[in-house]
Amino acid sequence: MRNAFCQALIVLAQRRRFAFLTGDLGFMALEPLREVMGELFINAGVAEQNMVSVAAGMASEGLPAWVYSIAPFAYARPFEQIRNDVCSHRFDVKIVGNGGGYAYGSMGATHHALEDYGAMLCLPHMRAYIPAFGSDVAPIVETMADTPSPSYLRLGRDEKPDGFTLPPYSGWRSIVSGGGPVIAVIGPIAGSLISKLTAMEEQKRPSFWVVSELPLEHNPPPAAFTADVKKSGALYIVEEHSAHGGLGEALTRWLALAGGVPPRFGHFHAKGYLSGRFGSQRFHRKECGIDADTVLGVIMEGR
Amino acid sequence: MKNPDFAAYVPMLKKAKLRLLKMHFESGIGHIGGNLSSLDAVLFLHTQVMEKDDLFVLSKGHSAGALYVTLWAAGQLSDDDISQFHKDNTRLPGHPVGGWHPGIRFSTGSLGHGLGLSAGVGMARRLQKNNTSVYCLMSDGEWNEGSNWEAALFIAHHNLHRVTILIDRNDLQGFGRTGEVANMEPLGDKFRAFGFDVLSIDGHDPRELHRALEQPSGLPKAIIMKTVKGHGVSFMEDKMEWHYLPMTKEQYQQAVEDVERL
Repeated sequence: MRNAFCQALIVLAQRRRFAFLTGDLGFMALEPLREVMGELFINAGVAEQNMVSVAAGMASEGLPAWVYSIAPFAYARPFEQIRNDVCSHRFDVKIVGNGGGYAYGSMGATHHALEDYGAMLCLPHMRAYIPAFGSDVAPIVETMADTPSPSYLRLGRDEKPDGFTLPPYSGWRSIVSGGGPVIAVIGPIAGSLISKLTAMEEQKRPSFWVVSELPLEHNPPPAAFTADVKKSGALYIVEEHSAHGGLGEALTRWLALAGGVPPRFGHFHAKGYLSGRFGSQRFHRKECGIDADTVLGVIMEGR
Repeated sequence: MKNPDFAAYVPMLKKAKLRLLKMHFESGIGHIGGNLSSLDAVLFLHTQVMEKDDLFVLSKGHSAGALYVTLWAAGQLSDDDISQFHKDNTRLPGHPVGGWHPGIRFSTGSLGHGLGLSAGVGMARRLQKNNTSVYCLMSDGEWNEGSNWEAALFIAHHNLHRVTILIDRNDLQGFGRTGEVANMEPLGDKFRAFGFDVLSIDGHDPRELHRALEQPSGLPKAIIMKTVKGHGVSFMEDKMEWHYLPMTKEQYQQAVEDVERL
């Protein structure tokens, strides 16, 4: 998604004036953006707190600013700067974190982002965008640019199977139809489920939805989704994020206020480091039980 | 930069100081010590130095009273506004909340934010070919915060020479003297090493401040203003407790008498 992000900003730079600040990251990825943006591309160094304050100061002058780093360095290190300098003033600053969830795998826990959009969404005026597929990045970048508000973009690795055709981007999308339980997924983990779902019989397989924008107040579930949930009486939420502050909490709250959570309900989420061992993104997903095999096994057995 | 009117400034300072004491006494709150150490510079900058589009950033947000009373002295806040200081339903809390008044752009109070914000404004203005100035007032204890050194590095690296740092060097911080808590000396040499033009002045002498601001330089300036916490009030001067304590009626009366004698 990083290359898609770079290309989307290159396109955006043709019609919008904005600043781009990186925390000394972007090798073999952002060089084309640097070429296009010239002096508006700033390597702020390994100093994320200052980078966010600088971005807020620039936005206060009417110059929107995008801030980029590996996800935890983008949202966790400068949290107070995002809270006080950006969000309290509602400045047009975009925080971009590369490597959501366990995407940095065996690089270790410091590089993982398991509570990023939850932490960001606690802050006033903040919106979070979590593309599931590489092709989501361009329309999301356009939406972010057209929404003068603090926002957070979580980038990951596209896992869409080759040959699968996606519906056009939307904050809520039905990706695979089915007559079984409903699955709502956020982020690239969605791609890991597609092949297994399409191999199943349509009447029995889950109805598979992808959510890409939070909070739900700005991206409410569509009627077709709530009808699916009502009809099946079963909802399962999958996300590579801690239980706290994620889609699971947001969607169950939404449904509870709207009349009730269905009788069959499950939440698959990141659980940190249960064994104290580290490995690939696939390893950590398996350990948390959010890998495609475990998720579909549990759902189809009705547990 | 304007041509200062020193003769007009002196009575203005006394009037502002008395109003500052009154608002703190009536609100029953502390932080008066650091307000008295910085008021001279805040008032002088706003009334004698800054042009219309110059920006002042109060990084040491606990000197909100000095900023409010300055905006009042400059006719940008009313008596009624000032009388609401620190009360329920006020727009003037103990640390400034930005965005509602052109003279208060940023919410500050958590130390170590103002300089990065100033750097961002300075960078944006450079990119937009805007040659106005940014003045960032900071406390000395605030330099314990690592984010300030990140910002100093950024300002020096990009030579944002229209961003000026003013340090209220009263030598006292939250729970001790600055030299005892985390000795920052030689502070000036640290700024010089980063690439700043460093000037050390008496922070209660407007002529020295004016000279420092006026001095030509192609580098960003760090002006270390030696000040006295609680300046002008005999029983407060250089006392750490006046970071916190509210004044009793008797203390307020004494403070007014001290300032009237200035």
